[in-house]
Formats: sequence, C-alpha cells, structure tokens
Amino acid sequence: MKGYLINIVLLLGILQVNAQAEVFEHTLKNGLKVIVKEDHRAPVVIQQIWYKVGSMDERTGVTGIAHVLEHMMFKGTDKVPAGEFSKRIAAAGGRENAFTSYDYTAYFQQLHKSKLALAMELEADRMQNLKLTEKNFSKEIKVVMEERRLRTDDEPHSVLQEKMMSVIYQQHPYQHPIIGWMSDLESLTVGDARVWYNRWYVPNNATLVIGGDVKAAEVFAMAERYYGGIAKRALTVRHNFIEPKQTGIKHLVVKAPAELPHLVMSYHAPALSKTLQENKISIEDSGNQDWKVYALQILAGVLDGNESARLNKSLVRDQQIASAAGAGYDATSRGPSLFTLEATPSTGKTVNDVEVALRNEIKKLIKDGISHDELKRVKVQVVADEVYKRDSLFYQVMQIGQMESIGIGHRAIPVMLQKLQAVTAEQVQKIAEEILQDDSLTIAVLDPQPLTGKPKHQSIGAAHVH
Amino acid sequence: MYIKLWLLAVLCGVANGTLATPIIQHWQSPSGAKVLFVENHDIPMLDVALSIQAGSSFDNSEKKGVAGLTHHLLDLGADGINEDEIARGMADIGAQLGGSFDQDRASITLRTLSSKAELEKSLEIMALVVQSPTFAEKIFSREKVRVIAALKEAETKPESIAEKEFHQALFGKHPYGSPESGDVESVEKISATDIQKFYRDHYLAKEAVVAIMGDITRAKAEEIAQQLTGKLPLSESPVALPMVTMHITSNEKRIAHPASQSHILIGVPGMARNDPDYFPLYVGNHILGGGGFTSRLMKEVREKRGLAYNVYSYFMPLKQPGAFQIGLQTKKEQADGALKVVRDTLAEFIAKGPSESELMASKQNIIGGFPLRIDSNKKILDYLSIIGFYELPLSYLDDFTRNIDKVTVAEIRDAFKRHVNPKEMLTVVVGAPLEEGK
Repeated sequence: MKGYLINIVLLLGILQVNAQAEVFEHTLKNGLKVIVKEDHRAPVVIQQIWYKVGSMDERTGVTGIAHVLEHMMFKGTDKVPAGEFSKRIAAAGGRENAFTSYDYTAYFQQLHKSKLALAMELEADRMQNLKLTEKNFSKEIKVVMEERRLRTDDEPHSVLQEKMMSVIYQQHPYQHPIIGWMSDLESLTVGDARVWYNRWYVPNNATLVIGGDVKAAEVFAMAERYYGGIAKRALTVRHNFIEPKQTGIKHLVVKAPAELPHLVMSYHAPALSKTLQENKISIEDSGNQDWKVYALQILAGVLDGNESARLNKSLVRDQQIASAAGAGYDATSRGPSLFTLEATPSTGKTVNDVEVALRNEIKKLIKDGISHDELKRVKVQVVADEVYKRDSLFYQVMQIGQMESIGIGHRAIPVMLQKLQAVTAEQVQKIAEEILQDDSLTIAVLDPQPLTGKPKHQSIGAAHVH
Repeated sequence: MYIKLWLLAVLCGVANGTLATPIIQHWQSPSGAKVLFVENHDIPMLDVALSIQAGSSFDNSEKKGVAGLTHHLLDLGADGINEDEIARGMADIGAQLGGSFDQDRASITLRTLSSKAELEKSLEIMALVVQSPTFAEKIFSREKVRVIAALKEAETKPESIAEKEFHQALFGKHPYGSPESGDVESVEKISATDIQKFYRDHYLAKEAVVAIMGDITRAKAEEIAQQLTGKLPLSESPVALPMVTMHITSNEKRIAHPASQSHILIGVPGMARNDPDYFPLYVGNHILGGGGFTSRLMKEVREKRGLAYNVYSYFMPLKQPGAFQIGLQTKKEQADGALKVVRDTLAEFIAKGPSESELMASKQNIIGGFPLRIDSNKKILDYLSIIGFYELPLSYLDDFTRNIDKVTVAEIRDAFKRHVNPKEMLTVVVGAPLEEGK
C-alpha cells in the first residue's frame, strides 16, 4: 500500500486544472451573476437560482417568512397562473424544487438540455412578477405549518436542535428556526411576504448557476435575453450581528416522547466567511490566516470520518458506552459556526456516561494530538470525494451556488482543497485546544418521555369505512 | 388530435433520437453469478454492487431480523481482517463501502478510485467482506444490543409504527408482512449461529447479481465479478416465497400517539416487478400521486386545501406483489377530513381513470425526463442491479420510453380496477382522534 499517496497527489493536480477550466462566469448589467459549469456527460441541464437571503435576515415576530416566500414562489404570476410553473416544468420532462436555509434561498429545475430556455423564462418571470394573494397565502401557510409539525414538532431530535440553537445564540438570528416559530407562522400575513419579496428578490441579490451539457457563451446570451431586462434595485443594508462572547457553559434539557436519551455538545467555532471579512481579505490572499477552519474540518474527519474514526471506535465499538456517536463542523456559513459532538447512550448507560466519554476524547486530543496516519486518511478521503463529486452534477452546481451565496465565491473551492491538504497534525491539536473549551460550550440533553397512552390498538370494522 | 400527434412526435425525438442509453454487457461468471457491466471512462472511478436474494422476506417467522442482522454484520470482521482494519483500509484509499437492504434484496456496494492501487485494495477488502465474514460472537452481541435499541426507538415514532402496522395488516403471515429488521421480541432470540446459517443458506453464488459501472475494461470486470463471487457458498437455492394473498377485506386501524399530526397510510397488496400491468400502473400512479407537485393527490390535499405538506402514492414492485400505498401526515384534528379527501380522490380516479390530457402530461414528464434517470454512474449502476435482480430484459432502458408511450387511458383504468378496489382497502391512522369521525 505504498503507491496510493502518489496517485492521490497526481489526481489533485488534475482536478484543479479541470475545476478551473469548466466553470465560466459573467455578470449582467443588472448585477445578476451567471456561472456556468459545463459537463457534457449527459444531455441534461440544471438551473439553480440562489437568492442571498435566508432566515438569518428575518427579524423577531416574522420568523419563517423566508421559507414561506419560497413556498409562495410557486403560486403564480400574471402570465403564469398558480400551479402552472410546476405544470410546464413537468410537461418539459423536468424535476424541480426549492430550499431555504439560514443563509440563502434557492430554486432549481433539472431538464433535458433543450429545455433551458423554458426554465429561464419561467424563473425570470417569477423573479419580477410574483402575484401574492391573500387566498393563496392563507392556504399555503397551512401547508407550512404541517411541514413544521412533521419536521420539527413531532421529531424529538429536531426539537432538541431547535431549542439548543436558541440557547447557543444570544443575539445572532441563528437562534430562530429556519421554518419559523409556530406563533409567528400563525400571525404572518401576505403583506409580510410582499415586503420580503420586494426587498430581496432582485437580480443584484442573486446568483444564477447553470450546469450541464451546454456552452457557456450560449448560456450567457440566453441569460441576458431572459434576465437582462429586470431592473436592479438598491438592497437594504444588512445588519452585521456580532454574537456576544459566551462566558460560561450553558445547559438545557428537552423532554419529548422517545425511547433513547441523546446528548449534544456544541462549541462556538470560526466560519470561513467571517474570518475573511474580519481580516478584509480574499481567500487567495489570506495566506494562513484562515488555517483554523481547515484544521477544524480535519478534526471533524478524525473524530467521525469513517466507521473506525475515533468516536465510533472508542465510544461505540470499544467501550460500548454509546449506540451512536458523531462529530460535525461546517465552515461554509454566512454567520458564525459551531463544532459539535453528540452521542446516544447505549442500553444501561446514561447521558452522563457519554458526556464523560466525549470529554475524555477531547482531553486525549488536546494532550496527545492526532497521528499522521489519521491526518493522511482524512486528506485522502477529501481528494477521493472530489473525484466522486463529478458523478453528481447537481451537487457541483449546488456547491458553486452555496459558495457564492455565503460571500466567498466559487473560485475558493479548489483553494480550500489545497489549504486542507496543507493542514498539519500540530494545527489540529492546537485548534482542538483553542475551540473545545467549556466557556463556549452548550450541552443539550434529550430526556425521553413515555408515550402517554401507550399504543392502543382499536380495529374498526368494514362497516365504518367511508 | 393534430396537436397531440405532433407533441408525441417531438417526444419520440427526445426519447430515441438524441439519447444514447448505456451499452450493457452481460455474462455469467464461472461462479454462476450474473454480471451486468457498463464500461465508462469519463471519471477515474468504479462502482460495484453485489445483490443477493437475502432480504427480510427470507427470515424465518420465529426469528425475524436474522436477514437484516446478517447484512449489517458483513463488514464488521472477515477472515484475517477485523472491523477496524476494514474501515481504515477503505478510508486509507478513499473508498466507500455501503449497502442497502429491503424485503427481497441484500446488497453491498463499493465506490472506489479506479487507479490500480486503490482498485486492487478496495476489491480485496470487499471480496473478504462478502465471501468470508466471520460473524464473531463478540461483535454479534454488541450489534444485537444496538439493533434492539434502534427498534425500541422506532417503536416510539409515529411513521415507524404506521409502517409496521400497515405491512402486518396488509400481508398477514406472508413474509412481506414482517418488519425488515424484525422486532424486539424476535431479535432477542437470535444467536450468532443463526446468522452463520442464514449466510450459508442464502448468500449463494448462483443467485448473486454483480453490477459494475465505470472506468475499467471488460477483462477486468470479468476478473472482479469472479473475485467477488467465486467463494460464495454453494448450497441449494432457497425455497421460493409463498404467494401473496391479494384480496383483503376493508379494515381500519387507529392507534393513539401523542404526536400533533396523524400519520395515515392506505393501501392494498399491489404489483410484482414482472406484472404485465407494470407500465399502465406506473403511469397511472404518476398521475394519481407519484408525479410530485402536479399529481391529483397533491392538488386535492395540499394545493387546494392546505391539509398536508407531504402526500404521495406508490407501488412497491417486488418479486411478489409489494404494497400499493398512499400516505400523508396531517394535524390530528383534521385527520378525518383529510382521509375523506384522499378516499374521494382515489375513488374518482378508480371509477373514471385519468383524462387524456392528464395522461399526455404524465407521458411528457416521464419520457421527457428519461435522460435524468441515467445521467450519472450511480443511477446507471442502480438500474443494472434492478435489471439483473428482477430478470428484466437487457433492453429495459432502450424500451422504457416506448413502453411508457404505449400506455392508454383505458389500460390504466382497467389495470387499476383490477388491482385497487377502493371499497376493499386497509387504512392505518397513527395519532388519530380516537372517536370515529366522518
């Protein structure tokens, strides 16, 4: 097994050449940035439009409006009545959907390459002509409430996550759930949706990413034809939230109907975009000032990158204290980030047991650092994932849109890869010591409750049915 | 009519003119395993999937969960290599070992770089995992405890409770009625010997299907297929599944749960993968509840009334008829109202069938969207496995759009009438208001 590192290094070189060569960008006069990722493997195309607005741009009392507006974007314009958008995309053989995060809102269609003009025409139309009616809003808000019940209220781990975020962040809007608090959903109006749409759905607040079997020059011309006539508008100044420094450990307990307890430990951690903004530099010029985010990515991989990574090996396999354990870190957010460890106690063990076990892993990291084998293993996986990524056009387009929307830009993607490869074992140890401190830690515990009125079966005979 | 013909002509252009389907090579390995291979050098990587007739329907009714646990334990230790060496060995070369498990099929998948060192090493480990698993007592006991904990957790979740009840009531004693991972009581009874026996009886070379997609030559693919199956057990083929009883009497089960929403499932035993009605039922279901935002159920339940975020219907085509299932989740207080809308929508669809224009729209979507079904190695690999495992014609992908295009309104109406009787269906409501409303 001596040969593999050489192959990986060679591959990395090839990847970067490819990555640069296949992505083209052009900004229209109205500020809409258009990025094209050519990929000629199959006769398909993906259009994604990314608005740089997410739930973090909301204010108290109107939480959830970013996501509600995403739903309302399917409710029609003068030219394209409600339901017609989806109908036309479907008739063109397309698939479509949309998603909202803390940081952005994005819409996409996947089609045969010959249908790109149709997708552009429809997307450009709803960027400027959305018809928001009381009637459609009052129906759709109910759908969103059902979505909240399904994904949050009846999901103990989501409830834990939601309540934990509101304890972790004192000022930053990440304290509010993306889908919004139920009481806010109940009081939102179509007027709120209109304000949101008019404020943020403008070409100069969007990135259009097209990927697939297309030619960049033709896509730019087509984008000019459909989006070029939309007027740019001044954007509301965004508030720059500086989360006050946490000055001591926080604890919370959430009771919910479940069988197994669960423990989550989250530490405040730097995010890439904030690091670059604070130092007023681009990623290319930042030298090693942003080393911490790459070291944290490696750290997450060392703890949870494969089945025999530290947490699973130690807590689940060797000590059998946990039935599951994991770690995570996301460097790519507009706002601040977290480094998270979590575990589910195994039968007969408690959340205290898993907390002690997780803390022991942290102590070991800080005291002894990581091995060179561990470091190498994570780096190799990162490079291999870059190769596998090429099998998913959707993911590649998505990554470009995301990097643009958080303010770093897609050209950072290969640079980040290089910087990851440069991380040393000493840096990983150093960052573990710096970040994994009690003063910036929040611990959340799911305290499982019995289902009141245990499953009772009541069979109703045929006569009652419909 | 003129417009319709013209549109169809355009569609055929999309379907047959510009899109090349992958060329599938097919042979039998000396081991007896069936091999399907697509050679493609666009990306320096390889995907392999080994499918075995060892899904949960092969469980003994006394020891439900053996099949699932056998599949789960495969990569946790093999001859001369322990679980950590397996995981690290794969991670060291950036390879990914995975798998899937359902009622019919246990599969093990590998994604690896195709460069020589990585390819050799990852296949060496995969070959050990699938052909020489040890099922050591110590690992078995540890994982059994974890599986039981997960099953107990699942028993608190409304969606899992609903699925379990639904399948039990729908299929009765037929193996499709058992939960895929067994239940707490049955898993308690399993021993490591049961696992070893199940492996010997079911992981058979001559029943195996190897799907290979990616950056290697035919010669190498032949070598790999044999490498992965040459040492699989040689026992007799397992006994065939009993037949699913297609007829059920109307039945409604309501189960209390503290969740804010009711989870509703409605269905009947549906169709097998080789059912001659496959395409009419597939297209018909696309119109009814399979086609996303434009389906009838979505329109009636979500778009018009805001009663649910998620509402769908599907046929689960298996070796034997799997479930035809409609599902949704809605606020408890409106569960009965939503149920009525779903039943009315279904009854109307069964009675009258789709309209010509609905059929047209569905065909446009399925045929026009065909390129999206085969636009990645991963998707093609999945088709290879399905074609091999369910013995579909090798020309399945070439014929796909033509088969969709042939479907008529009359065929859909007729096929649905024979498969789904709205008056004889099973309903499961978890988290229901207990009084029977109307």
